Amino acid sequence: MTATYLAAATVGKPGLNIGIFLVFVLITLVVVFYVGRQNRTAADYYAAGRAFTGTQNGVAISGDYLSAASFLGIAGAISTVGYDGFLYSIGFLVAWLVALLLVAEMLRNTGKFTMGDVLSFRMRQRPVRAAAAISTLVVSFFYLLAQMAGAGGLISLLLGIEDDKSTFFDGQSLVIAVVGILMVVYVLVGGMKGTTWVQMIKATLLLIGAAVMTAWVLGKFGFNLSALLGQAVENSPKAGEKILGPGLQYGKSATSKIDFVSLGLALVLGTAGLPHILMRFYTVPSAKEARRSVVWAIWLIGIFYLFTLVLGYGAAALVGPDVILKAPGGANSAAPLLAYQLGGEILLGLVSAVAFATILAVVAGLTITASASFAHDVYASMIKKGNTAPDSEVRVARRTALVIGLVAIVGGILANGQNIAFLVALAFAVAASANLPTILYSLFWKRFNTTGALFSIYGGLGSAVLLIIFSPAVSGSATSMLKSVNFHWFPLSNPGLVSIPLSFILGVVGTFVGGREPAAEAGYAEMEVRSLTGAGAERADVVVQN
Amino acid sequence: MSTTGERPPSGLNPYVEIQASPEFVELRHRLRRFVFPMSAIFLVWYLAYVLLAAYEPEFMSIKLAGNLNVGLLIGVLQFVSTFVITTVYVRYANKNLDPAAEELRARFEGDAR
Repeated sequence: MTATYLAAATVGKPGLNIGIFLVFVLITLVVVFYVGRQNRTAADYYAAGRAFTGTQNGVAISGDYLSAASFLGIAGAISTVGYDGFLYSIGFLVAWLVALLLVAEMLRNTGKFTMGDVLSFRMRQRPVRAAAAISTLVVSFFYLLAQMAGAGGLISLLLGIEDDKSTFFDGQSLVIAVVGILMVVYVLVGGMKGTTWVQMIKATLLLIGAAVMTAWVLGKFGFNLSALLGQAVENSPKAGEKILGPGLQYGKSATSKIDFVSLGLALVLGTAGLPHILMRFYTVPSAKEARRSVVWAIWLIGIFYLFTLVLGYGAAALVGPDVILKAPGGANSAAPLLAYQLGGEILLGLVSAVAFATILAVVAGLTITASASFAHDVYASMIKKGNTAPDSEVRVARRTALVIGLVAIVGGILANGQNIAFLVALAFAVAASANLPTILYSLFWKRFNTTGALFSIYGGLGSAVLLIIFSPAVSGSATSMLKSVNFHWFPLSNPGLVSIPLSFILGVVGTFVGGREPAAEAGYAEMEVRSLTGAGAERADVVVQN
Repeated sequence: MSTTGERPPSGLNPYVEIQASPEFVELRHRLRRFVFPMSAIFLVWYLAYVLLAAYEPEFMSIKLAGNLNVGLLIGVLQFVSTFVITTVYVRYANKNLDPAAEELRARFEGDAR
């Protein structure tokens, strides 16, 4: 029942796949143009006028968070390495408690547009903002790479455009370029408001699509999860029973077990340091609405990950890991292949369109965050020292979005073919190392100062990035980005276990090295009162949204 | 008071006044009393899960019912605990944090006028 895919290089009808996708693009473009016309101020462009409700923002956060990594990556990982793929879901979900309990509401109350607003709140503005902006750009870049890589893999499966190793710019690259251009259009035209609506539309489609497929898969096994797992075992001749327990991917050696712990740590501490997630909290009018958004996000994301568990094992049971791994796109193609197995061309077309939409929406969210950080933290606050008209700041943000679009296209072409969930895990490791310690120290530790912030941000960012460069993820192993060379000396693929504690320690060391900073300590009164009560927090510009 | 501009001299700062008020101290105490222990609990519970998965795969593979094993149960329990903590926190915040925060904010805005 499985050999049929291999005969043809593609699955389904490319024309139909593209058609369904184009419908989504068209609808979202109309929405983006419509809401984009209402963008007037900087707060409109960056924070959608702070006028979304908690529920709307919660749905949009799910849209931002449930990236290609969650849908294609996790389903693919579970279908091929079984239980080890499940860890991603659990880490990605539990991480939201850090955001809920320690970060979201206080961040909403203290900041304005970017993560840099909070990090530099009571510190010397220029150095801390520069550090925050650099770390925002690096994290967003890693995350972008993952999404663009996902786009390439999906295309190869759906349109039969193979990855041509002989040239840099092949058919897949063209598609990646189209994705990049579309996302820039969303961001330029729609600003945060348009992007948020795209996220909401996409999240709704994704959740419905995953729910339908989950019910369908379970229905095939009489809603008996055990029977589904049994079939998955039977259909995985190489691994057999092992797919039901942990260890298939990470249990091979002492090093790989430590790598697993490192990954786990990066996942749980990364979310609350992701700039594009943090920025979403500015789109609601109050801390209470920020809390409501997180609650919605936790429920939607949690339910979605339970679906992916069924979809992953369902793909193993109904399609089979061998077929998935041999298909163009590899493990990332598990969910689309499962859709084809269940509902033929139409369901495949719909699911692929949703997956494309996912990539497009997340990439747009990342772009607006990175461009806002550059325009607000670097251009307005550092280069112009705060003496800039909001109009020119937004103009700079738009131009930056263009540049980021270009960078993403080139990077995406380079990263094509990598496992998406894995790439995203690297972004999480960088975010957890560079951003989370400084956010927490700023909010909760009065004595924390500029030197501490700089030590922690640069130390965490630098160590995480360096360890990734010299890890087996980049060179020297069969699954590396660069297979032909070997310059790795760090044994772990994910640097979190080293770089996250290091950054926490550096924050303390830097604070004591820097000596007392009376301004930072005095500013703590304002920061604490604002963060806990909302006194003096940024208000919504507009009272009613639509 | 903008995040990018100059700050007023700290002596005239209404924030310092509020920060020193017993109501604010109580609010901070209530917040920290909840979020710090709760964060410790979920992090320990999560790390225990990660360590079990890494170092005790045999234990995680013990079958409980049909093909459903311990690992799956603990994994799903992570979801359940996340949902429960979320719900408990929202109730706690609505009851014990929001009214005090709103009152302090109103007082601050009264001062500012």
